[in-house]
Amino acid sequence: MKPLLTAVLLAAGSVHASPVTMEDQSQLKVPNAQAQPRFVPPAEGELPDNAFGKRVREGHALFVDTRRLMPEAVGNGMNCSNCHLDQGRMAHSAPLWGAYPMYPAYRKKNDKVNTYAERIQGCFQFSMNGKPPAADSPEMTALSVYSYWLSTKAPTGVPLAGRGYPEVAPPAGGYDFKRGQQVYLEQCAICHGKKGEGQKVAGEYVMPPLWGRDAYNWGAGMHRINTAASFIKYNMPLGRPGSLSDQQAWDVAAWINRHERPQDPRLVEGSIEKTRLKFHANDGVNLYGQKVEGVLIGQGTGR
Amino acid sequence: MRPFSVMVIGGLMSLAWASAHAADGQKVFTQGGADPAALACIGCHGADGNGIGAAGFPRLAGLPAPYLSKQLRDWRNGTRQQAVMAPLAKALSEDEITAVSAYLASLPAPATGDLRRQPIANDPTLRLALYGDWNRHVPGCIQCHGPGGSGVGEHFPPLSGQPAAYLAAQLNAWRDGTRSNDPNQLMVGVAKAMTPDEITAVSAFFALPANLEAKP
Repeated sequence: MKPLLTAVLLAAGSVHASPVTMEDQSQLKVPNAQAQPRFVPPAEGELPDNAFGKRVREGHALFVDTRRLMPEAVGNGMNCSNCHLDQGRMAHSAPLWGAYPMYPAYRKKNDKVNTYAERIQGCFQFSMNGKPPAADSPEMTALSVYSYWLSTKAPTGVPLAGRGYPEVAPPAGGYDFKRGQQVYLEQCAICHGKKGEGQKVAGEYVMPPLWGRDAYNWGAGMHRINTAASFIKYNMPLGRPGSLSDQQAWDVAAWINRHERPQDPRLVEGSIEKTRLKFHANDGVNLYGQKVEGVLIGQGTGR
Repeated sequence: MRPFSVMVIGGLMSLAWASAHAADGQKVFTQGGADPAALACIGCHGADGNGIGAAGFPRLAGLPAPYLSKQLRDWRNGTRQQAVMAPLAKALSEDEITAVSAYLASLPAPATGDLRRQPIANDPTLRLALYGDWNRHVPGCIQCHGPGGSGVGEHFPPLSGQPAAYLAAQLNAWRDGTRSNDPNQLMVGVAKAMTPDEITAVSAFFALPANLEAKP
């Protein structure tokens, strides 16, 4: 059952997965990982001490402490900086300087041309399972100003080396949940917990949950196994990027993304199958609406 | 993988003690273990278990019991080395290790500030503490050790309330390879990427409670 399913998924992945791991910006190419990132965002010391600098600081604070500062907008245990390492600065970690200059852009995900603010709203709706702040809210302005500042001297509309998460080719033999579980327990559980629950101090997450009620929902890009494998390969374990093989990255991404998480907020007429057909069938490699070991995936966590 | 002999001796000692009475953690702390070589913790780690800063003796109070037990067992089996602690840990029974770890974990930890990732950090030491240096794959200290360096779970011990000399000695030990009992080699990589000056500065930073207050 499982090998068959895996084969089917991989076949689907190889047909439909674009070479772009950040599938949402599907008309844009993620430069090859071999392309050496050259862009350097401005240093903290270059920040002007004026009204603009103040806005940058506000945006930075929201970016790294999102859940605490925007409790209305964040519905789970995530901060922006959980998926965009080093305060949105790090190459191959979907840096803000790689994203900001590429907008407005068409996104297949919602089939329209999105402004940068609309792109960030997508993060809040899916990755943070919350209520996106309005495009003209002070919070959105601050986040946009911070992104703009990090992009200082970046060319507009040019895909910079280091943007997004570089694609990690699907392993020839597919992925394997058992191996993924083993990698997870050996390498990830120390921070994220044996059950993907993350770790808190004084009621606040320090290490983010990877599945369950407080994790990214079924509509987040990270629910794709290919995207999670790319993120993991280039960013995890924290401080040891690149230490997992491609195979391990895929295996552990599959293990993480076979677990339940909050429902896709775009749920079509209460039907997982309709939602799968409309939003997941052609969205990279994912398990939403599929059966794994007899259990339907994508049922959500009741919130 | 503990050596067989250690397991046997440990097992025999536990048996002997279990038959008499369960080990008393507080007694181990104040008076030492049954074996006279297992000196009382209180002599070096202070009456409140908060260590002796001037001497570089670390705080034990309020540390997670599994972390403390692991260190004692690592000294016993040689995976962590320190001239004073190794023979002392070897003189403790398994029961005594469990009991004294639980007792130390129950002691009140010093109040710690709420310094967290929020301000843009221009000062290099504050930046290292909060955000790290990703050109060298160094995470910020508090990303794993929690707000104010107060510790997270059983694997990431508090940095707050520890003497600068102790923190610096550990970082230097990981850096030169004399300490290597960190799970998944998470600290070795970080320490090896740091310069001696950074080790001194960041150790001093966490040793001063005022630094760990949340910045406005």
